[in-house]
Amino acid sequence: MSAFKDTMIITQRQLRLLTRVPEVLIFSTIQPVMFVLLFRYVFGGSIDTGQPGGYVQLLMPGIFVQTVAFTLAGTASGLAEDLKKGLIDRFRSLPISQSALVVGRTLGDSLLNIVVLAVMGIAGYVVGWRPSSGLLSVAIGFVFLLLFGYALSWVGIYVGLSASDARVVQNVSFIITFPLTFLSNAFAPTTGMPRALQYFAEWNPVSTMVAACRELFGLENEFGATAGSFPSENPLLTSFFYMILIMAIFVPLSVRKYKRAAD
Amino acid sequence: MKSVIAEDLVKTYRNGAVRALDHLSLDVEEGTVLSVLGPNGAGKTTCVRILATLLRPDSGHAMVGGIDVIKQPEKVREVIGLSGQYAAVDEILTGWDNLVMFGQLYHLGKKQAIARADELLERFSLTESAKRPIKTYSGGMRRRLDLAASLIVKPKVLFLDEPTTGLDPRGRQEMWSVIEELVKGGVTLLLTTQYLEEADQLADEIAVIDHGKVIARGTSDALKKQVGGERLEIVVESHNVAKTMEVVANISGNKATLDEGLRMISAPVSTGATALIETLRSLDSEGIHPLDVGLKRPSLDDVFLSLTGHAAEEKTTEEEVTTGRRKKAKK
Repeated sequence: MSAFKDTMIITQRQLRLLTRVPEVLIFSTIQPVMFVLLFRYVFGGSIDTGQPGGYVQLLMPGIFVQTVAFTLAGTASGLAEDLKKGLIDRFRSLPISQSALVVGRTLGDSLLNIVVLAVMGIAGYVVGWRPSSGLLSVAIGFVFLLLFGYALSWVGIYVGLSASDARVVQNVSFIITFPLTFLSNAFAPTTGMPRALQYFAEWNPVSTMVAACRELFGLENEFGATAGSFPSENPLLTSFFYMILIMAIFVPLSVRKYKRAAD
Repeated sequence: MKSVIAEDLVKTYRNGAVRALDHLSLDVEEGTVLSVLGPNGAGKTTCVRILATLLRPDSGHAMVGGIDVIKQPEKVREVIGLSGQYAAVDEILTGWDNLVMFGQLYHLGKKQAIARADELLERFSLTESAKRPIKTYSGGMRRRLDLAASLIVKPKVLFLDEPTTGLDPRGRQEMWSVIEELVKGGVTLLLTTQYLEEADQLADEIAVIDHGKVIARGTSDALKKQVGGERLEIVVESHNVAKTMEVVANISGNKATLDEGLRMISAPVSTGATALIETLRSLDSEGIHPLDVGLKRPSLDDVFLSLTGHAAEEKTTEEEVTTGRRKKAKK
């Protein structure tokens, strides 16, 4: 019970930081909104989707997933900052549950994602995004996006605790998230990629998430090399499996790493 | 009763390539102040981190407040307060926010946490800046707030790791008076410092460490004695220098040395004040009136130099390993 309380106090801290530095919230939302506008108007004109409603319908799920995938970097650099300032030492010297700090941070970062996704959804609507499925399906899609971000924030915890310097944390997060989001179906159909690359691009967790969201938002998915395979036929289930796998690996790793931070 | 006992602590980094602690043993009597004095890289921070349950030693054992640090770290955390080299408070939050948050993490109720925060802010003269973000605080204010955060539940044993490193003289003075207040309140304190003056000022006992080992320990006076006796120093007008040197050499039994610039004659004496009086009488009967006169005890700098063979300022690379990532945080 006290572990839960400790975690909530840390989550509250996370939220208080947002109210004290509103710039963080503003820029965390401006960036994805900027991506929506850029991709919608720069690539939108030249990519023929063959889907009703045009490129923006395909784009929005891609950008949603990319944005929650970047949670990894946010969590990692926030934690690295705390570590650098010696705050982690202070927390670890307190008689509190040792997992409270990391769990509290992942929860806080997920709450930030709710705000960011809401703002993006509105921006998407303004530029023509109209999911053709029902409200319930769309809501389920957003819950999945939040869960995916939550799972990845655990990778962020591990990265943040492992790297020796905030700049390294930035770079490592970048190296993990960029290939995943761009070697995917998020912004352009995978069918144009070299065949060997298609396997990765279609089975990578970002792609299965994007495919799952598209399905939930009422769109058809198009696959190249992996068409007909289980992940392509069941992107939602596959994504769910990926999240469980990520958490199963990184929760214990991160908690262990935290307990031994700087050992 | 001993509040802190460390026995034979060994801690190595990089698979043994860097030996931060090399069979370090020390203890602190309840209600007293032990200062762990040493240069950068001597192992001070590593020692504190082990005692404060942040680090596991490779071997050896340690007790804090009668509890085994390695076997029951969670129990130890209930009785200690830790304030490190780098004010470990959240810069973006206000001083008040920080203390209330830490109070809640110490499982005080919200009301109690607020009351305690207000009380500590008052005590450390931070009430006026309580509602400002920490990043607007001066270095000294940050350290005081950090110290306040470590005192929320009135710890039995307090660890202060270089509490005044990086502070300006005024900040240091303020910090010293705060620490002296605490000591009067009866807390058991283990304080690390690389400032010899600080150890002299605050500690009942000093443990000098170098390369991960305690190389001397005792009261400040005892350590000074270990290095040698006092020196008699007399400043006279230039036409009296020759005669005075003769008198001083006679009484001291050693050769007197002259600092020509200052016209200061000095010589080691073993009988302290007696030698001083004797010298003054002799000079008086010769009609010489000194401009300045004094007995100088060796400084802790002298102590360090004679114990380790190198000056206290010398830097090695070990501390970089233990605290390197925090160092970069310094503004």
